[in-house]
Amino acid sequence: MNWSAIAAIYRFEMARFFRTLAQSFLSPVLSTSLYFVVFGTAIGSRIQEIEGVSYGAFIVPGLIMLSVVMLSISNASFGIYFPKFLGTIYELLSAPINFIEIVIGYVGAAATKALFVGLVILVTATFFVDIRIEHPFAMAAFLILSCLSFSLLGFIVGIWAGNFEQMSLVPQLVVTPLIFLGGTFYSISMLPPLWQTITLFNPVVYLISGFRWSFYGIADVPIFWSLLAILAFTGICLAIIGWIFKTGWRIRS
Amino acid sequence: MTTILSILDLRKSYANGFEALKGVSLDIEEGEILALLGPNGAGKTTLISTVCGITTPTSGSVTVGGYDIQTEFRAARKMIGLVPQEIALEPFEKVWNTVRFSRGLFGHGSDNARIEEILRKLSLWDKRRNAIKELSGGMKRRVLIAKALAHEPRVLFLDEPTAGVDVELRKDMWEIVAELKQAGVTIILTTHYIEEAEAIADRVGVIDKGELLLVQDKDTLMAQMGKKQIEVMLTEPVSTIPESLSEHNLALNGAGDALIYTYDTHAERTGITTLLNDVAQAGLVLRDVQTRQSSLEEIFVNLVSGEPA
Repeated sequence: MNWSAIAAIYRFEMARFFRTLAQSFLSPVLSTSLYFVVFGTAIGSRIQEIEGVSYGAFIVPGLIMLSVVMLSISNASFGIYFPKFLGTIYELLSAPINFIEIVIGYVGAAATKALFVGLVILVTATFFVDIRIEHPFAMAAFLILSCLSFSLLGFIVGIWAGNFEQMSLVPQLVVTPLIFLGGTFYSISMLPPLWQTITLFNPVVYLISGFRWSFYGIADVPIFWSLLAILAFTGICLAIIGWIFKTGWRIRS
Repeated sequence: MTTILSILDLRKSYANGFEALKGVSLDIEEGEILALLGPNGAGKTTLISTVCGITTPTSGSVTVGGYDIQTEFRAARKMIGLVPQEIALEPFEKVWNTVRFSRGLFGHGSDNARIEEILRKLSLWDKRRNAIKELSGGMKRRVLIAKALAHEPRVLFLDEPTAGVDVELRKDMWEIVAELKQAGVTIILTTHYIEEAEAIADRVGVIDKGELLLVQDKDTLMAQMGKKQIEVMLTEPVSTIPESLSEHNLALNGAGDALIYTYDTHAERTGITTLLNDVAQAGLVLRDVQTRQSSLEEIFVNLVSGEPA
């Protein structure tokens, strides 16, 4: 393992994050505050408690997941797409590193940034609602695994994308609908039976359900399935990245 | 001399059937400067990219310092530095950080003294805290060289290092290359500028349509393939070459005041004495005589066009 190279990539990517620290910090604080104002206060005041949890507190895990998933994808996809766009990828390809080390560097940095923002949102939420975390280790595990797995997905998107439009295609057209329909702002038990069944095909449901369980001990699907879903998703992303590594798809001619 | 880079029957074909490299074989000695000349699309950059690991070869083998670039890629690539043709740099990153990044990427820990030495050598020390986007084009090229040198490579590839830079900077680059050679770095550069190869290379390789047409010591190449010309300047212009001089195959310049005689420097008899005698016999008065050797550029154009030099 070329640890120096992994550290160099990680540090280089984190430097990009620290260059815009104010934006990185303020943006999630502002958007989370807006969500609480709109969904928590304006709409939430008209919604009853869900399984003993106030609506404002209920949406916190979903809001964290929403930002973490979107940021993981955008950070990782931008991280690897930008060198392709600028041409600086020649340096990565000619360095004594393998693809695994490149992935660890980029995905590690993207996941760290997303994790940071996730924690900022969590802290911001405490100013608006009372939050309890019943299973802190499970919460940390779900959060870290989500950051990592969606950063892996973002890395694949960044490798695949041929332009900036394609890069925003997956987050906007696929991930955003899945998150909004995945129980971020509601419990799937509130849906009609048919839609409850359809929703079970949405992988994000398992993610948000498991994450919410770690906070309040309530879940739409059994925690085992949530854990299995996130592990399976991580495995699929790793397998795709392994294939890219073998074939040099869209990287090496 | 030790062979530091060995390329054997290297081929690169693309899915559309285009053959960018058609069995290139080349040995490069440690410490030499080899200039690769060739027109656009000749395969120069493909050759460099393949050796450096950016492009995967279709067949053939390459070893650097005895290490195979595919099976022992870590050891091989650690010995190589690459300065690409295009200026490819992260615009918002600072000069110091980008050089440190390159060093780390090649498996070296951060060594401030070494990075300072490189930046000073390339006149970048004062710009170390500047973002790349604040630098001029010439300075950006220096940053690319600094990045390539950050891990102390033994073989440095310079892909068109002076393309689009002004004359002053080009001279600076040549000095940098000379210093690197002094330090024992082997340099392979591709260039469009024949004068560049002529000025700094020890050997010259000519590549065209994916084939290496020749690799030769620069001076030998010029001596073997160069034609020499004598320009016999006359005091009075003439409209035609006198009949008595026809056997010398002379040419007349546009103004009619100079006879041009082309000869082979390696021929047993150059025919110069006879020519000068015959010119005097023909009643022409000489004002001056000067000789001119064909440049590397003419040799190169002749080779690529398939005409004899």
